[in-house]
Amino acid sequence: MLWETFKLALQAILRNPTRSFLTVLGVVIGVAAVIAMVTIGKGSTAQVTADVERMGANLMILSPGQMRFGPGSGGGSERAFDLGDVDRIIDQVASVETAAPSGNASLVAVFGNTNYQTRVTGTDSRYLLATDWPVATGRGFATAEESAGKPVCLLGETVRDELFGQADPIGERIRLGAMSCQVIGVLGAKGASSFGTDQDDVVLIPFKTFGRRIAGSMDVGTIYISVRDGYSVDRATNDITALMRELRRIGPGEEDDFSLRNMEQVASMLNSVNTVLTGLLSAVAAVSLLVGGIGIMNIMLVSVTERTREIGIRMAVGAQAGQVLLQFLVEAIVLSALGGVLGVALGLGLAAVGAQLLNVPFTPDPGTIALAFAFSAMVGVVFGYFPARRAARLDPIEALRH
Amino acid sequence: MATPPIIEFRDVARVYGTGAAEVRALDGVSLSVEPGEFVAVMGPSGSGKSTAMNVMGCLDRPTSGHYLFNGIEVGALTQDQRALLRRHYLGFIFQGYNLLARTTALQNVELPLIYKGLGRAEREAAALAALDKVGLAHRAHHDPSELSGGQQQRVAIARALATGPQVVLADEPTGNLDTKRSVEIMDLLQALNRDDGLTIVMVTHEEDMAAYARRLIWMVDGNVQSDRPTKGAG
Repeated sequence: MLWETFKLALQAILRNPTRSFLTVLGVVIGVAAVIAMVTIGKGSTAQVTADVERMGANLMILSPGQMRFGPGSGGGSERAFDLGDVDRIIDQVASVETAAPSGNASLVAVFGNTNYQTRVTGTDSRYLLATDWPVATGRGFATAEESAGKPVCLLGETVRDELFGQADPIGERIRLGAMSCQVIGVLGAKGASSFGTDQDDVVLIPFKTFGRRIAGSMDVGTIYISVRDGYSVDRATNDITALMRELRRIGPGEEDDFSLRNMEQVASMLNSVNTVLTGLLSAVAAVSLLVGGIGIMNIMLVSVTERTREIGIRMAVGAQAGQVLLQFLVEAIVLSALGGVLGVALGLGLAAVGAQLLNVPFTPDPGTIALAFAFSAMVGVVFGYFPARRAARLDPIEALRH
Repeated sequence: MATPPIIEFRDVARVYGTGAAEVRALDGVSLSVEPGEFVAVMGPSGSGKSTAMNVMGCLDRPTSGHYLFNGIEVGALTQDQRALLRRHYLGFIFQGYNLLARTTALQNVELPLIYKGLGRAEREAAALAALDKVGLAHRAHHDPSELSGGQQQRVAIARALATGPQVVLADEPTGNLDTKRSVEIMDLLQALNRDDGLTIVMVTHEEDMAAYARRLIWMVDGNVQSDRPTKGAG
């Protein structure tokens, strides 16, 4: 009987395919939005986690000012660090393996006729140690080049590709803004970061070169610190904080004027932003599902009116009110479940494209899909009940006269 | 005979509205129909014959009095219980055929069998047998729109017969048909009554059609005015 009811519902839906499709469009869009949002959200969370694993949980980032978000957001009126701070952290904190200064600027890199806008980071070889970043070809900075502030540079994979294509860049001279420098090495490819930026879109130059020729001061924007094996990140955090408070003469009870983050904190912050965004977008999607449900209710009411005589005939030949109710309810559920299927397919398609564009892994989650599908079927139950009840309450005599 | 009448009205009244707007569609009707009868019900418009049919068909309930179907007090039954009576014991034939559009003749005839809970194969066999009985087995897979009026009414008759009902109630079955088709339908109904012992109650406007029955009830103003055998009876 239930199977018959299901077949009957399918027939009724297919009898008017255009109308049925337009009816479920709201549900399709709602489900597609939920699936796309959640899938991309989960993908980028997985990406962040992978990044943290790759960057190493041992990496910490020290930046001036409070409540800053991650590296690269330096500037402002906060007191910067200086190179002495970097040395003192290494010398005086036992839990620190190494530390590196860094300063950033956005510049045009020029080689021959090719221009490419990129990020220039002034730092030193300790940065490559702290971030566990190998030099793929050529060599890293020599100590003499660092202390003298020589015009030499290491190219990120993306910059090498943009400026040199297939050619070998080692030994060539490129221009960064007004400064000419020699390429001494190419960094290994890192891919996109949790922030969505291309980490290989960078040119590294010695910190002193950066300070003198580009920034015009020796202020250190951000210090990258790696924790020594065998020491906990918490221990290092406490040690470094104590040292910095002392160096910067912050009295007891006063707030830090710097912030120290480890990659796990960064990751959890990113993930919480992710969660909030996914939640908000899912709420929008839920509203769209609600609207879709109202659309289904509307069409089911029309359908009940149109098929009044059919209902009368069914009642005359012995259909009970419950059976008529079930028929229309199943029809609404099948309708919205079909919308759910279409929506899941569309949502996965969108998520696949979006993941590609945002450079995050495409990780469809069966739980989410099942949930979205169940939810769409539930929309059918909720919004199909009222029209179905109206059908079931028809008086067979009146219905036959219709 | 120990068998009770299939249909027994005891002082049945059906009243619509109240006070000044009160309409007494049936006003104390008493009658009974025995198994195997073929009864025609006639009367002017508003005489209550359609209301009587609705009550007999368990689609409606008397306001007062008693309607006993096979000895069962229908007035005391719930809507769902009355649906079960219709499903198992009653067949309907309407003036406007009331077939489902865009649904083949076979599927139309199968409809009451679905509610009876028959399996697919059983249902198809029973529906085909019923269509064969009305001479339309060869049109089983046509939609009503592809059938003539007379053929549509025969499909409707097959639908009424398919469940093996005790009584078939026909409400002006020839009302929409020309004389030739009407005669075909009436011949069919008469044969079903004569050969299979099917009990038929039929409302009609036409004397000619009523003549096919064996008993004629004439109603006026919600009451039975006369109840006698037809000339064709016996």
